[in-house]
Amino acid sequence: MATTITFALMDPPYESARSTTAFRLIDIAARRGYNVNVFAYEGAVATPFAQQKAHPNAVHGRDAAQENHPLPKDWVAALMQAAAQNGGKLDWVNCGLCVDERGVAEVIEGVRRGTPGDLWRMASESQGTLIIGTR
Amino acid sequence: MKVLQVIQSAYRATLEEQDDTIVWITHAMKGAGADLEVLLRGSAVNYAVLGQDASGLSFGSWRQSEPPKIAEDVAALIKKGVGVFVVEEDVAERGLGNARLVDGIQRLPRAGIPALMDRSDQVWMW
Repeated sequence: MATTITFALMDPPYESARSTTAFRLIDIAARRGYNVNVFAYEGAVATPFAQQKAHPNAVHGRDAAQENHPLPKDWVAALMQAAAQNGGKLDWVNCGLCVDERGVAEVIEGVRRGTPGDLWRMASESQGTLIIGTR
Repeated sequence: MKVLQVIQSAYRATLEEQDDTIVWITHAMKGAGADLEVLLRGSAVNYAVLGQDASGLSFGSWRQSEPPKIAEDVAALIKKGVGVFVVEEDVAERGLGNARLVDGIQRLPRAGIPALMDRSDQVWMW
């Protein structure tokens, strides 16, 4: 039986190194062919927001293409693809009420809307759960 | 499966949210059939103190009519059958030793935390 692990993320994008650390961990799991569940809670629901846009960076003297500014939504998509290529699956669930209060309902393909009950179900079906909360 | 929810980051956006987001999600998961206990530690022990009043927030003509009542939310968890614990040293260190706490809350010495964790399948540190 494939290993399944669950992450609960809370930080909004571009605010904390914890988000990048979470993505590193998810990347390792995806490369190993694990099934990975993510429950995005509170600000983390903006992570797969489809309207994120790259920008130029005058401080670096680079235009948007040269800067290749990271977009967390692309990280989510890349991790979904990596999981699938290695025989696993990344199931990303956004807390629906958290989405509504932030107006970030437009998300990339593969992200679905859910409730805290999804976190409980995903964790119940997992070998382990890691909570990465906001501090 | 049984999960221990450990809450230590206190009053995180509680005025915007009208509640503590982890107390709230504990209510929601309990409603979905979850078996949960809650440990309040650090500054979050203040969630158990009765008599808090977060009313009065206003910006211009906007007024918050429904402020957070976190102690009531904690009490409601206990009424739903969720065991809620406070670390008694954390209570004492904050000068709350004589404060009136929510009925039914259980005071736990720091040395008792490992045993509390051991009776859960997972420990979620929020």
